[in-house]
Amino acid sequence: MENKKTASAGPLQEDYAYKYGFETQIESDAVQKGLNEDIIRLISTKKEEPSWMLDYRLKAFRHWQTMKEPQWSGLKYPTIDFQDICYYSAPKKKEGPKSLDELDPELIKTFEKLGIPLGEQKRISGVAVDVVFDSVSVATTHNEELDKVGVVFCSISEAIKTHPDLVKKYLGSIVPYADNFYAALNAAVFTDGSFCYIPKGVRCPIDLSTYFRINAKETGQFERTLLIADEGSYVNYLEGCTAPQRDENQLHAAVVELIALENAEIKYSTVQNWYSGDKEGRGGIYNFVTKRGKCAGKKSKISWTQVESGSSITWKYPSVILQGDESEGSFYSVALTHDMMQADTGTKMIHIGKNTKSTIISKGISVDKSSNAYRGQVKIMPSAENARNYSQCDSMLVGSKSSAHTYPYIDVKNKTAHIEHEATTSRISEDQIFYLQSRGLNMEKSISMLVNGFCKDVFKQLPLEFSVEAVKLIEMKLENSVG
Amino acid sequence: MLEIKDLKAEVDGKEILKGLNLKVNAGEVHAIMGPNGSGKSSLSKVIAGHPSYSVTGGQMLYDINFEPKDISEMDPDERAKEGIFLAFQYPVEVPGVSNFNFLMTSFNSILEHQGSEPLTEEEFRNYLNKKMNIISLRPDFLERGVNSGFSGGEKKKNEILQMAVLAPRLSILDETDSGLDIDALKVVSEGVNKIKSKNNAIVLITHYQRLLDYIKPDFIHVLYQGRIVKTGGPELALELEKNGYDGFLQ
Repeated sequence: MENKKTASAGPLQEDYAYKYGFETQIESDAVQKGLNEDIIRLISTKKEEPSWMLDYRLKAFRHWQTMKEPQWSGLKYPTIDFQDICYYSAPKKKEGPKSLDELDPELIKTFEKLGIPLGEQKRISGVAVDVVFDSVSVATTHNEELDKVGVVFCSISEAIKTHPDLVKKYLGSIVPYADNFYAALNAAVFTDGSFCYIPKGVRCPIDLSTYFRINAKETGQFERTLLIADEGSYVNYLEGCTAPQRDENQLHAAVVELIALENAEIKYSTVQNWYSGDKEGRGGIYNFVTKRGKCAGKKSKISWTQVESGSSITWKYPSVILQGDESEGSFYSVALTHDMMQADTGTKMIHIGKNTKSTIISKGISVDKSSNAYRGQVKIMPSAENARNYSQCDSMLVGSKSSAHTYPYIDVKNKTAHIEHEATTSRISEDQIFYLQSRGLNMEKSISMLVNGFCKDVFKQLPLEFSVEAVKLIEMKLENSVG
Repeated sequence: MLEIKDLKAEVDGKEILKGLNLKVNAGEVHAIMGPNGSGKSSLSKVIAGHPSYSVTGGQMLYDINFEPKDISEMDPDERAKEGIFLAFQYPVEVPGVSNFNFLMTSFNSILEHQGSEPLTEEEFRNYLNKKMNIISLRPDFLERGVNSGFSGGEKKKNEILQMAVLAPRLSILDETDSGLDIDALKVVSEGVNKIKSKNNAIVLITHYQRLLDYIKPDFIHVLYQGRIVKTGGPELALELEKNGYDGFLQ
């Protein structure tokens, strides 16, 4: 794309580029850097965990020590020194029962700045929020509506104490610790995350949401989310994340497990906006995440929608195991990379049950020198009679230095399967921009309109307020990198 | 309103306009005719500010705040905000962006430039409904993606609707008649005639006399090899139709 103007990248502009880049000054309780069994015992003790939980962590840790970091993605980054990371950091809090009124005002201010009001009056209506700050969940907005119908929504630390049977039964059942390097690491050191249980036949009356914030320096965030939708239930779950702007890289290795029983439906949406590093690629979050759902019951449905707009590296493949007959899995993704960012993201759809159906819509946008890859697998097992999959992977290049890659793996072991795969790569054309400009839109606005149009099929899957937010986010990111 | 003086412009290092002169006043309709490759479409793109073209000489003076100003260095969107509109010969598809959203965003960006408050969605819908009377389009038109999957005729009608909505002072219609059947040509021409007023000016770029049966020009210019070689009244078009460009230019 030809371009006459060049945007100046002054310090002011960079600040504007990532408005969540501030740091909260708060006293924290952190363990020393490094990873060994003592640290894991210490974390477990700090969290007052039962012994079965500690045993699980230690087993995971011992397994992790035998594993190697995955190399197959082709992502480029310096070797991570896992002994140079702090695995537990929590804002210091007063003694006594945790209530929002007792929350450190600095924390309340932080989340207000992030657009997540925690105060009683200002709370976003229609959404219950669990906020995770560094290693711990600092608050879950309590909601009577949820209590009335028996929905459990709390931090996973709390759930380990209050709902041990559910946690024992399902934790690691979808993503076992031996699954991959980062999943094993997470199982060993995870410090918090959200837990959610929707009882039989309950349609969750409000949306549930978790907001993740990494604040402390040289600290990794390892959160664990477990969401169980019992028979015939429905839940809409939203997730957002940000971090301060720092020159060092920080590690975020989360595991999310979803279970949908018979006739249950889970919609899981993420807007990921971790700090992505500066123009030269300094700093930013390494986002190495394992997300997987299991449609365990007949006619169950799981849908992942993600807008990946941050992190210096994204390594993430939200997947669905379609075990129940007639179950449905979907994956809708927008991944925007700019400057030196690298994203390798996609999904796995594993068809096991009969008449299972999956849909994959992936939109990758690469700007500047960034690299953006879709990597996905559709696997039809011998038992999956009449399985159907539709995949559409589109890439858009902005500028001439960015790159896009598509790696679709299709593995069919049952002849009755119907698989459709479409892929396109396009570049924004000068004529498209000229057309919009000649209607009074400036260059940045024209490009963001073209990109938003390109992402429409994914954005329309998001809940309305998230969708508005996503459009704004993409516009802001483009404004700062296209000039 | 627009005075082009000795305009020279090139694309890919090739000179296309070689000293072109043209004066357009408010309330006038001008037709620019000429054989293939004479520079007609290039002229429209140069006026609108297409980035592939560079002005290498002369001036394009356009009235901004009642003062003639050379617009040669202005970005296309700045020209659009000052009331210059180009109806494209080949309108571009913008998939995923609804016509409504597109029209409203364009309209409001021009409004904001003029220092007015942008219209709310409801206010704009009311405004748009009135404009939709000027040109008939399919009922689901507003929700569809801009020009995506449109027929040639629909695309041209959409250009005229945009012209009606944005209410430009100077409109350049680049071969709006090409590819239209007689019914569509009538609809488009009637639309243009409804938009035409004593305050705005229209420049029609066309190969054929046919369009001029529906939109009556005040002046006709013959463009040849990057220059206007002849200017006259409506009778000039008939002469061209009869003798062809070859006969005329000999």
